Amino acid sequence: MRGPRDYDDIPGTYVFDGERSRNGYELNMFCMSLNQAQNREEFKQDESKYLAKFPITDEQREAVLNRDWLAMLRLGGNIYYTFKIAICDGMTMQAAGAAMSGTGMSEDDFRQMMLDGGRSIEGNRSKKEQGIG
Amino acid sequence: MAKIIAGIGTSHVPAIGAAIDKGLTADPYWQPFMDGIEPARKWMKEHKPDVCIIVYNDHASAFSLESISTFSIGVAAEFPPADEGFGPRQVPTVMGEPELAWHMAESLILDEFDMTIVNKMPVDHGLTVPLSIMYGQPDAWPCLVVPICVNVVQYPPPTGNRCFNLGKAIRKAVDSFPKDYRVAIFGTGGLSHQLQGERAGLTNPEYDKQWLDKLVSQPDSAKAISHTEYLREAGTEGIEAIMWLVMRGALNAEVEEVYRFTRVPVSNTHYCLTILDNS
Repeated sequence: MRGPRDYDDIPGTYVFDGERSRNGYELNMFCMSLNQAQNREEFKQDESKYLAKFPITDEQREAVLNRDWLAMLRLGGNIYYTFKIAICDGMTMQAAGAAMSGTGMSEDDFRQMMLDGGRSIEGNRSKKEQGIG
Repeated sequence: MAKIIAGIGTSHVPAIGAAIDKGLTADPYWQPFMDGIEPARKWMKEHKPDVCIIVYNDHASAFSLESISTFSIGVAAEFPPADEGFGPRQVPTVMGEPELAWHMAESLILDEFDMTIVNKMPVDHGLTVPLSIMYGQPDAWPCLVVPICVNVVQYPPPTGNRCFNLGKAIRKAVDSFPKDYRVAIFGTGGLSHQLQGERAGLTNPEYDKQWLDKLVSQPDSAKAISHTEYLREAGTEGIEAIMWLVMRGALNAEVEEVYRFTRVPVSNTHYCLTILDNS
């Protein structure tokens, strides 16, 4: 385990550092395979069977099957990689953003938040500021 | 000799490419954006760079975690659009300039920037969306392109200072190339946005405005900004702003900002565009 870092204090943020990359390598390489149309088809036909080709952990497998986007991030997934699953599902970045916000927000709520100027930086700079650090 | 005539900074939001490709630009969501980039397109038509050096990042398209290079330069004659999960974008193949690219690679490495030299590199939205923004939908891109790829996916990306100094070394390389090319250099990505986690959707227009002002007239201050400040203030993907510092490093100490356009939201980002005249 690495020591504490200054960016650990940023709330709702999963910095893709060495530790995350090490834990998430196989998960991310599964996602990378979806760049090929043939693999996308194979994954869509039988997700479990396709996932069995990759040496990912049971937790990672469950997170993919359940489309638990936050769990994927916690288990070492990188957003540019895990978003390839979302593309495969025909999901928008706004739907993914809503799902990750962890507040039960809908895609429309998220889209409206963006139209209103995006998620505010105020109150979102640090865990300390939010009283959870 | 070749000459850098301008620096261009622009976000490279994939949804812009999709809107242009699918003919959605008259949609009320996109119309204000299209109006905002029109003066930049006009500027490009008037100034016609022969070559665009495009500093961008690959998003798990040509490169993966199998091998992570901090700085790469594309030396191929052609760069095909990449399949990012929905088939390749229907845009022209990007034509390279191998002679200039190899000259730059050699100059940069001897200048102690240890570039990864890439002969095979499909290019994703990070590179093709800036071309669509500046040129629309031509049958062929009206410029040759030298792609410079910066790792911003795996933490840590290079420091802002390192990026700025790479820009200076690029300037030296271009200035010593014996063809009378008019060159534009693009810094792409950013500005504030966060795609991941509970903080997804974050924007910070006030921070971006101050950052842009610094980029133009106090680059020494912009290049000293820490990664944690970018992550905190501009979001995890806002750190892409370091690629604009490569562009700025390749320009004169004093430049004139001839155009700026910003808009929230463009997809999940604070879209920013700037043109810096280097004459």
